[in-house]
Amino acid sequence: MRRVVITGLGLVTPLGADVETVWANLIAGKSGAGQITRFDTTGQKCTIACEVKPADHPWGFDASKRVDFKVVRQVDPFIVYGIDAAGQALEDAGLTDMDDDLKTRTGCSIGSGIGGLPGIESESIVLHEKGPGRVSPHFVHGRLINLISGQVSIKYGLMGPNHAVVTACSTGAHSIGDAARMIRDGDADVMLAGGSESTINPLGVAGFAQARALNCSYNDRPEQASRPYDKDRDGFVMGEGAGVLVLEEYEHAKARGAKIYAEVVGYGLSGDAYHVTAPHPEGKGAELAMRMALRKAGMEPGDIDYVNAHGTSTMADTIELGAVKRVLGDDLSGASMSSTKSAIGHLLGGAGAVEAIFCVLAIRDQIVPPTLNLDNPDEGTEGVDLVPKVAKKRVVRAALNNSFGFGGTNASVIVKAI
Amino acid sequence: MSDTADRVKKIVVEHLGVEADKVTEDASFIDDLGADSLDIVELVMAFEEEFGVEIPDDAAEKIATVSDAIKSIDDNKG
Repeated sequence: MRRVVITGLGLVTPLGADVETVWANLIAGKSGAGQITRFDTTGQKCTIACEVKPADHPWGFDASKRVDFKVVRQVDPFIVYGIDAAGQALEDAGLTDMDDDLKTRTGCSIGSGIGGLPGIESESIVLHEKGPGRVSPHFVHGRLINLISGQVSIKYGLMGPNHAVVTACSTGAHSIGDAARMIRDGDADVMLAGGSESTINPLGVAGFAQARALNCSYNDRPEQASRPYDKDRDGFVMGEGAGVLVLEEYEHAKARGAKIYAEVVGYGLSGDAYHVTAPHPEGKGAELAMRMALRKAGMEPGDIDYVNAHGTSTMADTIELGAVKRVLGDDLSGASMSSTKSAIGHLLGGAGAVEAIFCVLAIRDQIVPPTLNLDNPDEGTEGVDLVPKVAKKRVVRAALNNSFGFGGTNASVIVKAI
Repeated sequence: MSDTADRVKKIVVEHLGVEADKVTEDASFIDDLGADSLDIVELVMAFEEEFGVEIPDDAAEKIATVSDAIKSIDDNKG
């Protein structure tokens, strides 16, 4: 069977716009949360978010570095973040100069949960105030979810599979799993896989607040608002950004002497069949996804050393923990489990990819990132290492990432040291 | 350059991100300034806003160069 390895990484997050800066900030226990600066939050129930920082910030994002001026003007930020993260991943993998043959065997699977909501909101206002003749000719292709994969393929000449997952907050994980399958099935030798999101706009924030999903009670303490597993958690904090990985067929990577971070060994998917926003109260869907990923990886519970939890800082955290306990054992068979959403917020469609990259880096550096703000762990967390507040050095041979999305869509991905 | 030409040039630079000295009157939007057909649609919208004119679609489709755009704006000024 064709094996799939990870040979390149790219990140744009509220803690930095390159992999090493993000990882250093995450391990140092920094938070990317703050007051929303993108728009006037007057009247909003939630006024905080984890924004990607502007170019003049010490760990800010400079769109002009990898994305054409015209593209930045014409498309929504989620596409810009995705193009940049894909470029980083290709550079990291040493694949910026591919021959034509390899380009036909290299594809893209970069999705988003929501897509161009800020542009939909602003052009809708243009339509109503100025009429149809003033709507931008770039409106549609600048908002479509598959336009990260589209733009990246055009920029780098990639003619392999061009795919884009849309499964809400499971998008990033499904993107990786689906892309790994495409390589395994021989559809491609190299895939750029990941997810991106940017919906910190008035409509996005209001919509999630009205769905009772956002934290609206820590507006005066933004860095403490995302507190997975804590008794006082009260909803997620919206993040934004992108994560993209280069997945590559193992023999192909070996033959060109590529740096190999880890192997994608397990992928599980399931549906909750329960409710549009709430998880199944017994976490059955989450359990099914994790069990499938373990089975496909041919691994036992004790083989997993780190779980990067979905852990959004909502009531669902303990439901997920219950499911993890049923799969890995009450003590998680010694695994550590943390939620990095405590530091970068919830990147929605980008979350699964960004967090899979954190799993890869945990394996590379043998350290697991912390769960911030875990002051009073909720009932049911006893005996589980949730890595409170401080990163922890430990053996990490394999790591599991969970992602669950609205609509009851679940995905688990396992990566393992090679 | 006329006042119209100066304002057109400014809009072209802002939209296409090209060097100002490349935006000569005989510059072709597509061949010299890196625009595609949708960029021209957007530029025409920006000209209409800036000059308070309406450039009919059939006239807009014939705009290939900067001077075509200037002429089209002047022709449609009321």
